[in-house]
Amino acid sequence: MTKSDEDTAAIDWPADIYGVLSDMAVRQVCYVPDAGHKRLLEMCRADNAMTMVSLTTEEEGMAVLGGAWLGGQRGVMLMQSSGVGNCINAIASITRAASFPLLMLVTMRGEWGEFNPWQIPMGRATPPVLETMGCTVMRADRPADVKETVLAGARLAFDAGAPVAVLLGQRLIGTKAFKEE
Amino acid sequence: MTESALDRRVVIRKLLADRGEMLVVSGLGGTTWDVASVGDDPLNFYVWGGMGGAASMGLGLALAQPDRRVLVVTGDGEMLMGIGSLATIALKAPANLAVVVIDNERYGETGMQETHTAHGVDLAGFATAAGIPTALTVSDSAGLDDLAAKLGDLKGPLFATVKVTNNQGPMILPPRDAAYVKNRFRVALLGEQAAMR
Repeated sequence: MTKSDEDTAAIDWPADIYGVLSDMAVRQVCYVPDAGHKRLLEMCRADNAMTMVSLTTEEEGMAVLGGAWLGGQRGVMLMQSSGVGNCINAIASITRAASFPLLMLVTMRGEWGEFNPWQIPMGRATPPVLETMGCTVMRADRPADVKETVLAGARLAFDAGAPVAVLLGQRLIGTKAFKEE
Repeated sequence: MTESALDRRVVIRKLLADRGEMLVVSGLGGTTWDVASVGDDPLNFYVWGGMGGAASMGLGLALAQPDRRVLVVTGDGEMLMGIGSLATIALKAPANLAVVVIDNERYGETGMQETHTAHGVDLAGFATAAGIPTALTVSDSAGLDDLAAKLGDLKGPLFATVKVTNNQGPMILPPRDAAYVKNRFRVALLGEQAAMR
């Protein structure tokens, strides 16, 4: 292991994200789970100040987060890239139509060493689709970049009222390994 | 499918007659015109788009404001498009949330085509199966009185589908600039400083 690899391995990026969400007073955590968000979800669930909202589809999250904002609370959407496709109209017709803030943290599939070909089309489409929907798209591929990228995205969302997607690259998360039993 | 003599505008007047400080989210189309027909109110949030999202928006609002009653009024077509949100609501089970579907068994804005409820799909059955403890189908004035009383002393989550006639009533349009309605709602609920965010 080189010195820089050791530094990278020492960075607990899910804890960094949790710390930013906590510092930014995020109170509603909407999610459709992804393996890449597993630890973050556990940390949020352990925080009594955060309400976990398990969704049946990501589309619900745009409306839940709009309602949260109406009621004076900040929220976040935790999802994987395939879920981006599920919420396109809601981003346009709820989030953007009403200029609600939006912070989506999107774990990427279909890019870095992906095993499952079914993940590739939506993974490839995720950045341009989000751009087309008017979202600011940010991205972190290295553990050292996660904290500041999520913080910058959260400020854009909650201070400037923008719709923001932070993509967490598959290289960061690690490629899911499928093995036959 | 279910014969009902209830008129949707009579229903909405009854449900909002003693609303007090209840927060109201209306679904796109007919139910937004219904809520507007009772009078514009800064504590109304009218959804003009994002079909399927009304109940979910009510959920986020109810979780953020646990001491306020929150009423979602939406249509059967809108509810069907977001039917999974009943499962999401059941999991969180906010005591301050009611979702009322004004069910004319039609897509009223697009030419009165039949929705699934015209063919026996049971929305209250969905809510019950999801685990929402109070799930009602209302089709007469006694049932409407009961529902109005339950909204006044809300022990939610509550779901009700109110079967109504095909009479749509005159179109009454509330403000449609969502950013304006959003900021007006936040100022009324949270105070003047909410407009600064």
